[in-house]
Amino acid sequence: MSAAHDDHHHGPAKGLSRWLFTTNHKDIGTLYLWFSFAMFFLGGTFAMVIRAELFQPGMQLVEPNFFNQMTTMHGLVMVFGAVMPAFVGLANWMIPMMIGAPDMALPRMNNWSFWMLPFAFAMLSSTLFMDAGAPNFGWTFYAPLSTTYAPETVTFFIFAVHVMGASSIMGAINIIATVLNMRAPGMTLMKMPLFVWTWLITAYLLIAVMPVLAGVVTMMLFDVHFGTSFFNAAGGGDPVLFQHVFWFFGHPEVYIMILPAFGVVSTIIPAFSRKRLFGYGSMVYASASIAFLSMIVWAHHMFTVGMPIAGELFFMYATMLISVPTGVKVFNWAATMFKGSLSFETPMLFAIAFVVLFTIGGFTGLMLAITPADFQYHDTYFVVAHFHYVLVPGAVFSIMAAVYYWLPKWTGYMYDERLAKLHFWLSFIGVNVLFFPQHFLGLAGMPRRIPDYALQFADFNWISSIGGFLFGASQLIMLVVVIKCIKGGKKATAQVWDGAKGLEWTVESPAPYHTFTTPPNPDLIETP
Amino acid sequence: MASAGSHETYYVPEQTKFPFFASIGLILTVYGLGSALNDMKSAESASFSTWISLFGFALLAVILFQWFSAVIRENHAGLNSDQLKRSYVWGMSWFIFSEVMFFAAFFGALFYVRTFVVPWLGGEGDKALTGQMLWPDFTAVWPVVENPNSALFHNPEEALNVHEWTPSFFAGFLPFWNTVILLTSSVTVHFAHTALKAEKRKQLIQWLSVTVALGVIFLFLQGMEYTEAYEHYGLTLNSGIYGSTFFLLTGFHGFHVTLGTFILAVMLLRAIKGHFKPDDHFGFEAASWYWHFVDVVWVGLFIFVYLL
Repeated sequence: MSAAHDDHHHGPAKGLSRWLFTTNHKDIGTLYLWFSFAMFFLGGTFAMVIRAELFQPGMQLVEPNFFNQMTTMHGLVMVFGAVMPAFVGLANWMIPMMIGAPDMALPRMNNWSFWMLPFAFAMLSSTLFMDAGAPNFGWTFYAPLSTTYAPETVTFFIFAVHVMGASSIMGAINIIATVLNMRAPGMTLMKMPLFVWTWLITAYLLIAVMPVLAGVVTMMLFDVHFGTSFFNAAGGGDPVLFQHVFWFFGHPEVYIMILPAFGVVSTIIPAFSRKRLFGYGSMVYASASIAFLSMIVWAHHMFTVGMPIAGELFFMYATMLISVPTGVKVFNWAATMFKGSLSFETPMLFAIAFVVLFTIGGFTGLMLAITPADFQYHDTYFVVAHFHYVLVPGAVFSIMAAVYYWLPKWTGYMYDERLAKLHFWLSFIGVNVLFFPQHFLGLAGMPRRIPDYALQFADFNWISSIGGFLFGASQLIMLVVVIKCIKGGKKATAQVWDGAKGLEWTVESPAPYHTFTTPPNPDLIETP
Repeated sequence: MASAGSHETYYVPEQTKFPFFASIGLILTVYGLGSALNDMKSAESASFSTWISLFGFALLAVILFQWFSAVIRENHAGLNSDQLKRSYVWGMSWFIFSEVMFFAAFFGALFYVRTFVVPWLGGEGDKALTGQMLWPDFTAVWPVVENPNSALFHNPEEALNVHEWTPSFFAGFLPFWNTVILLTSSVTVHFAHTALKAEKRKQLIQWLSVTVALGVIFLFLQGMEYTEAYEHYGLTLNSGIYGSTFFLLTGFHGFHVTLGTFILAVMLLRAIKGHFKPDDHFGFEAASWYWHFVDVVWVGLFIFVYLL
């Protein structure tokens, strides 16, 4: 960047005010990422309580009601506090740099969408210390558990969801405005990095479905406090209505958590294969198809609630259809690696593990899509295993891959590759020991969300718990790697990875506080 | 497309105190409100919680006022490039889309209830067994004026939809007049916009005043209808699914009309102060988009809540 243009720009402000009042996309990205990391450990702590209780049959550590609070809070914190903010943090850091923009389109609103989150989660977490206890109705908060039979803290849960939703909508509007309006000259839509594409589509999904989530919790609020009967059949409503509205949000939400992951993996695999991404255009169209299909499959979560047979069939076929564009993606990743000059640095290891393990989650998803089979699997540990395979070695691994990939660009130093690889291998082993046995538990009939179980489930449960403790403990290694990398290490070059492509590698490491205040040279923009 | 030489600077404020304190205001508002609701439910005094909520809301309102003022000042100071203005256009468009989806949730609930739930409860269709087992006496009619369990959810005496399709009925039918009022107001706000583009300040102010007045009249009539519903029709939030869908759909719409009227009133004050230029008035345009959106929602409401 030309130094002459930078003289009127200041560096970051000093002290706390830098973080409270910043409008800088890199600062806000950092805030999001640290917040997400903190929530990952909080939600992880809840998971450790769950696995400890399930280590052996019988009641050992916690009361059943508290166990339910743990499963509920674990889900809510991980979905809304860890995974989603991590991707928004990556978007904040990387999208302006990837498209050659000076910052996000609406910088002040960007700060607002972040700072709502810590307050919302503080309010949600404070329910753990209230007399009535935290929400205990599962992260899917089905009525009437969350209405008629809910602890009074459900009110705080509802308002926390409202605030998180407002934050997500503002964040998504900002990303769409940035991508559509802030691209540097020459950065046409079909030249955008895939991470930008998948985030554009994700942001659209967020704006389409977060208001529906706000709508359903509002109906709950009125059922709980103002005597309406949306989810009460005695007044002409229907608890199943809750599930329809919730999953109209909830299923696209699944793709909100995985589409940016696809973008990350589609960035990292070509870099370490030293090849162009195979089938860029088909990746874009596949992402858009997945987003569209994700909005018409919601009732596959509800095959057993009693739907007309036509509904069961429609949602079964529509769900199976999603495996077509997803298959295109997995094929393209494999084809990108084919005959590539591969090297296995930590980001690549996580990305390859993503492809393999996410695909396992995809296959079990296909099993669950089969309506008559789902009658057997519904609400068992098979479902738990399925969605944890797509979320942990899926979404979470892709976030870790992204962090290792861009950490040198953020801090200016190389991270400790040996420790990072240790983190990868322990996580990889841990996650499989943790979740793979849960498939068998589910197929044998162990229901989810129970603190105690029959004796025949004992063996796989203790194996799973051991895996859980291993996975949980090994995440501390990542914390060490990140802190070490911030403090120093081998200086990173601007290019960092020899095979990496994109505008973010044309600026020095660490990236200057302000980048692309004048647009980059259009010749630097390559066709992906 | 701008070459590097003619590039305009995209204005990025260095720091801002608004959002952090707005977040505090917002969280106090909802925390106080939540506590107050819980206090009332357990029959405790809710006054302390209510004060927290009101304080939070006041803080939020003051900060938003300053925030918008700062944005307007920056625009007057010429800091906003054309590119930045396009960001506001995209931002407003997608915000309205999010609002559409919020209403979609409630319309979806209404359609689901009318198409599936009520017939099933009445012992018809695919899931007829529900009604046959639980409430064999319940008959499926819309609007539901006899609830499956009228001890828990009291029956309204009468529904508020169209009973007869005669001119004399419509002449005394408040929602019909509200439709006329809102549709008219969409036209008057368009006239105001045309006047603004033609640099006719006086007409702009006149048409905008008419629009705001129509918004206020709409809200007044809506208030009358609610009073009628509670006092004469026995239709309340507690009177089953008909009351639930009726009050939440019309209530959230009314809330949006309130907000829209407020925004237009602010635009009116700004017009009187001499703000807006024929080629630079997105604040006004965004307000009018919002108003048209609120109008379209009402047309949907009138058709599906009152007519059909």
